[in-house]
Amino acid sequence: MTSIGTGYDLSNSVFSPDGRNFQVEYAVKAVENGGTAIGIRCKDGVVLAVEKIITSKLLKPGANKRIATVDRHVGIVSAGLVPDGRHFVSRARDEASSWRGTYKGPIPTSALANRLGGYVQAYTLYSSVRPFGVTSIVGGWDSEADLPVDGQVGSGPESGAGGKVKDAQAGGPGLYMIEPSGLYWGYYGAATGKGRQAAKAELEKLDLTSGNLSLADGVKEAARIIYVAHEDSKDKEFELEMSWISSLDGPTKGRHEEVPKDIREEAEKFARRVLEGEDEDEEDKGQAEGEQMEE
Amino acid sequence: MFRNNYDNDAVTFSPQGRIFQVEYAQEAVKQGSVVVGLVNKTHAVLVGLKRNAEELSSYQKKIIEIDSHMAIAIAGLASDARVLSNFMKQQSLGSKMTYGRPIPLDRIVSQIGDRAQTNTQHYGKRPYGVGLLVAGVDEAGPHLFEFQPSGLTHEMVACAIGARSQMARTYLERNLDKFHDCSRDELINHGLRALKESLSQDKELTVDNTSVGVAGLAGEGTKGRFESFKLYEGQETVPLLEALERSEQSGTAEDETMEDS
Amino acid sequence: MNHFPEAWGRPRDDVYGAYNSSYLQTSGPKTHTSSPAVTGTSVIGVKFNGGVVLATDNLASYGSLARFTDVKRLRSFGDKAVVGFGGDVSDMQYIDRLLESIDIRENYSTHGNMLNAKNLHTYLAKVFYKRRSEFNPLWNHVLVAGFDGEGEPFLSSADLLGTTFSAPHLATGFGAHLAVPILRRVFPDEKPIEEISRDQAVAALKDCLKVLFYRDARSLDKYSIAVITKEGIDLKENEQLEGQSWAFAERIKGYGAQTN
Repeated sequence: MTSIGTGYDLSNSVFSPDGRNFQVEYAVKAVENGGTAIGIRCKDGVVLAVEKIITSKLLKPGANKRIATVDRHVGIVSAGLVPDGRHFVSRARDEASSWRGTYKGPIPTSALANRLGGYVQAYTLYSSVRPFGVTSIVGGWDSEADLPVDGQVGSGPESGAGGKVKDAQAGGPGLYMIEPSGLYWGYYGAATGKGRQAAKAELEKLDLTSGNLSLADGVKEAARIIYVAHEDSKDKEFELEMSWISSLDGPTKGRHEEVPKDIREEAEKFARRVLEGEDEDEEDKGQAEGEQMEE
Repeated sequence: MFRNNYDNDAVTFSPQGRIFQVEYAQEAVKQGSVVVGLVNKTHAVLVGLKRNAEELSSYQKKIIEIDSHMAIAIAGLASDARVLSNFMKQQSLGSKMTYGRPIPLDRIVSQIGDRAQTNTQHYGKRPYGVGLLVAGVDEAGPHLFEFQPSGLTHEMVACAIGARSQMARTYLERNLDKFHDCSRDELINHGLRALKESLSQDKELTVDNTSVGVAGLAGEGTKGRFESFKLYEGQETVPLLEALERSEQSGTAEDETMEDS
Repeated sequence: MNHFPEAWGRPRDDVYGAYNSSYLQTSGPKTHTSSPAVTGTSVIGVKFNGGVVLATDNLASYGSLARFTDVKRLRSFGDKAVVGFGGDVSDMQYIDRLLESIDIRENYSTHGNMLNAKNLHTYLAKVFYKRRSEFNPLWNHVLVAGFDGEGEPFLSSADLLGTTFSAPHLATGFGAHLAVPILRRVFPDEKPIEEISRDQAVAALKDCLKVLFYRDARSLDKYSIAVITKEGIDLKENEQLEGQSWAFAERIKGYGAQTN
């Protein structure tokens, strides 16, 4: 960052002579200090997970959720400035609600990501605002079934004009990540926040592109990856928060929900076991003992 | 460079991704006198140390009732707190009017959080210069939230903000395990003891400078689910301060040894 | 020749006489829908020991035409409450979407604090009252069933004027005249709801639906019935009225083929 102090980095929406918007780059710095957040797009659903560093013993355990629900079928997790993340979520909820107002049905995840990308980008255009200090992961499940229109009271014709197309394939998992610049991509596995490098490396090992990973395994991997990403800030305690959205015939029936406590604890146990196993391989110690301790 | 160029407004990030104006606003909270909040499984308690500008002036209110089920304690710019408390009163009344339901605590807290966030993202605005402890009870039970000028809100088991509040927090952390199952009176007592930790050498808790507020679930056999918020000030604090004195004479040593061992 | 817009496409005054321009009102108060179009008839409900039952038929009439015969007029709100709608069907759909958006909002935070039936009824009554005060009423009469804040069974009505009324058994529309007397006889005032069983309540509602089908020309023998208990909502939407007997019709003069 050679241009710091030349004055081009003091106001939003200003280009430096080499074509950079420094305020947006600084906003990215705010993201890089936040707890790690990841999302995994599985065959039959999406998992979101976040590492919550416990900053005080006085915090109520298990409260202070960082993954938010939008409409019923979308979850958002952000890394960076937490209040900015809440603003972002609030906008997402407004978008989802206005979509329903127009189309009488749930917003597709892709459309939501698109609108949010536009919203975030607008905060890079004016000197009167600052960019969002968050990178947000948006995960959702678009219903694979023909949903009734909101407010529908009858069934209508079975087929033909106004009727339904038999066995039409639609919907599925969606995962997007939106950066402070407003840039967004669709992902198989997304990671942001402090431990993103380590998390990305782990996500790449999962072979997500083949679309074979099940949601149940995705939950375990997500927990493990957050534990791996936490290694660098080992001295600080953290809480793992996870949520998921499954297909209509899966555990959440197309809704975004918190991963139930027993499944999350099982995944955390798995994560710790794998991590300890790795340590012990290096140190050449007996693994069974460590496992016993954990249980 | 002779000075920091990135701290002139709340819409400029520093190269490290910090927003100095927001951080400075947090300093304003530390200028305010200390307030403490804590919860057990049935009640939420706020205690505050009131200050007067001069000997003959009145004391600045520290605890503001929002509705019959909740209240806030303030540290920092009282006028900013008034803006927020008026807003909270409106929201709470709105919920009672339209749904006949006391507003859920997490709902109203995120509303003020969102408002505060807006002040940190737009030019011409400034962050609020006040920190709040929001305590109350709803269908899900008693709650305590901390609100910061950045718009950050956290649900806490116990918390203290304001001048010298670190001392109070230390007390709360050391006694954290005792709160959940203790009685209403004991909870108030813990609050006062935490508050006392934060007093400067020459100060004492008196009927004039102590405020205590309690919200909670109603006991068995009483009408309604919630107990009405109760603010103790002036002479009403006498029994509470006396109980504090009694517990210090009998209980302090015991508490300390338990923690130290 | 008159070139003013109000004369466009109209018969020429010099040939056909002056046009009655009172039909072309250009000023005056703004008006809104002041009559329903496609309507549902009665909603009936009874409290019993441990819950509430609500029932409607599945008909939406367009005037006297039985236009839609698979209309679901019992709408559940999460797993907490059921709203039964009488009156205009499009306004019902509007309110249903309103309730849907509230349900979505309520579920953003996961811990407790869900709106109960009583909260919902308070809200709906406020919506009705606001709209009628704007001279733009939502043309419905609804029953809200579920539980109140103390966990007691709750049943209350709200109508297009914002009027609210509560009783152990309630009916809207034609049912207010035909079903309520039956329910009063089966469940007299002296009888506390603790003595009414779920089966009794359901049986009484089915009887009422049958009488309504006999006597209300805007009703149908396909119906929906919802039982709300602490365990949740049991909603059946495609029921058929059993054990009909039209023998009484023989004795009605002017009915069917009977001429004298």
